[in-house]
Amino acid sequence: MKKGKIVGLEGSFAIAEAVRMVNADVISAYPITPQTHIVERLAEMIADGELDAEFICVESEHSAMSACVGASAAGARVFTCSAGQGLELMHEVLYIPSSMRLPVVAVAANRALSGPLSVWCDHSDVMALRDIGWIQMFAENNQQAFDLTICAFRIAEDKEVLFPAMVHIDGFYLSHVIEDMVLPDDEVVADFIPEYEYPFALDPERPVSMGCYGPPFIYSEAKKAQEVAFESTKPKILETWEEFGDTFGRYYAPVESYKMEDASIALLTMGSIGETAMLAVDEMREEGKGVGLIRLRLWRPFPFTELREAVKDVELLVVLDRALSSGMGGPVCSEVKSALYDKREDMRIVGFIGGLGGRDITIEGFKYMVNRALEYPEIEEEFEIIGVRE
Amino acid sequence: MMEKYSLFVPRLVTTEENFAPGHRACIGCGEALAVRHVCKVLGKNVIIVNATGCIEIFSSLFPQTSWQVPWIHTLFENVSAVVSGVESAYKARIRKGKIKDRGVKFVGFGGDGATADIGLQPLSGAMERGHDFLYCCFDNEAYMNTGIQRSSSTPYGAWTTTAPAGKQSIGQITWKKNLPEIAVAHKIPYVATACPSYPFDLMDKVKRGMEMEGPAYIHILSVCPTGWRSSPNQTIEIGRLAVETGVFPLYEVINGEYRLSFDFPKLKPVKEYMKYQRRFGHLTDDVIGRIQARVEEEYLKLREKAGVK
Repeated sequence: MKKGKIVGLEGSFAIAEAVRMVNADVISAYPITPQTHIVERLAEMIADGELDAEFICVESEHSAMSACVGASAAGARVFTCSAGQGLELMHEVLYIPSSMRLPVVAVAANRALSGPLSVWCDHSDVMALRDIGWIQMFAENNQQAFDLTICAFRIAEDKEVLFPAMVHIDGFYLSHVIEDMVLPDDEVVADFIPEYEYPFALDPERPVSMGCYGPPFIYSEAKKAQEVAFESTKPKILETWEEFGDTFGRYYAPVESYKMEDASIALLTMGSIGETAMLAVDEMREEGKGVGLIRLRLWRPFPFTELREAVKDVELLVVLDRALSSGMGGPVCSEVKSALYDKREDMRIVGFIGGLGGRDITIEGFKYMVNRALEYPEIEEEFEIIGVRE
Repeated sequence: MMEKYSLFVPRLVTTEENFAPGHRACIGCGEALAVRHVCKVLGKNVIIVNATGCIEIFSSLFPQTSWQVPWIHTLFENVSAVVSGVESAYKARIRKGKIKDRGVKFVGFGGDGATADIGLQPLSGAMERGHDFLYCCFDNEAYMNTGIQRSSSTPYGAWTTTAPAGKQSIGQITWKKNLPEIAVAHKIPYVATACPSYPFDLMDKVKRGMEMEGPAYIHILSVCPTGWRSSPNQTIEIGRLAVETGVFPLYEVINGEYRLSFDFPKLKPVKEYMKYQRRFGHLTDDVIGRIQARVEEEYLKLREKAGVK
């Protein structure tokens, strides 16, 4: 089933196509490398009349997200994108759409954080966003970047969801790389994305007060209600991915496995590095090692059940983090450990940190991690930063 | 033609309260009064975006609200960006035929901290982009909601908790930032100053600002008995004295043209204004003289801009 045409498209342009096809009403963004190609392409589309939307060229990322909040509260289908420092600057605002149940859709072109200044990819920016209450998913290639952006609109705007959603793509690795992908016909996407009507839009005919403050007698209840609602988005995410698969022929899952059927050793990655990891798995398999790969597609809500299921036969889990939580280690590894702690006492989990600030991780890098992890428990360090010149 | 509220008050000022009573503002709050006047003029066909601050806190304790019109509060510094989003959403959705054009107005409310300090950048951005909105700054000259900390809008010589008067200090040692002039520098169609002690002038200006296409900015002096250490029953009088002494002149700038709303060829001494406020109580005649000179100088410049000889 191939609905659409095969094209060579940069990841950023693929995302812009998705935003055009869902017919977004308001786009508010501030330029930052490596996100710029997305907004440039969208601006072009608007200038050429291919997309009818208001483009608010704001003066900061803080305002970018604030304008998205306002537009979403007024009932518009809203999109923004950012990266690295930009996500840090909008950080405060990111908690607003999730607590006010505004289905803003954003793409993050993942980038390292200063200092030193680095525009290149890692997941430091993502890891600072773990608690913002957004649905968050990771794309591995340009096709997924496109597909997941389409799905993000449908999921976020579902009346049973109404939470903001963020698609993570690796800066440069996806945002600036041209890959072949299937671009579906506009009509097929239009059919997949229902007409959007926000039920509580700011409207003088139905006055509401939004964002009243919550003293101690109600704050806990508000947060609990938000959390219960957030956890209940999971079935909708699965349902949407299922339907997306039925329509477009590409299926997604919260945790995706590669050659895990008989694997006793598993690598765990997020983002574009998964494709290199697959090649590494292939080579290690040829060398006779029982290695497989697990990729977290869904980051929030965290896929506890699927992760536990994926690692049920694994004896050694090797987690690669593209971010460093100083004094702690790899944030993903910490979360994975905590998700599996009292479930799998017989499994060893070893964390590595690599790929910081655009440093490539090669097939050899993955082989090193596996071999090193096999030495466990001789490793004394809590974690190891790999690929560093001493 | 603009209505002249000052001439037809009894018939023109609605008895309808879009900002309902029962809120938690302090006794004698000039800001709550100003909001009430502003909301009478804004009417029902409006969406208000409110910054964090006194207004938001005294009007929106969940599950109660004083707002009879759609109202949204999110953060402290981002009102102008949120209102940009609301306005753009309406614009796009009207153009795309998703909703009817019912002439809804978009208004941002912020205090002096939210406007002159932390929210200045988003305000500048929204004015520069030319969104069709009215921004009302309710200036009570300090961070009153958090307990009277100085802002860049606090006047020279005033006591605040973070610029206290002491043996080595007169309190605030900087001159009040001139927000209306910053707005004027953006070449927006409408800028005005107002004060609830002159309610009809205030309402006239809100109406004009609202009807103007593009950004409009109104800077409203809001007497704060709690922070100014003044008597709640003198709020109106203190506001009047602020204007009559030239400390806070009332004027409009319509498409770049200055117009004094009230002109005082002979200003009352600033001491008249300051004597009711304990925040100035520590000032020596020397400092007051400095303030007097500065006020006169600024007032003369303003008269010149307005073409008053």
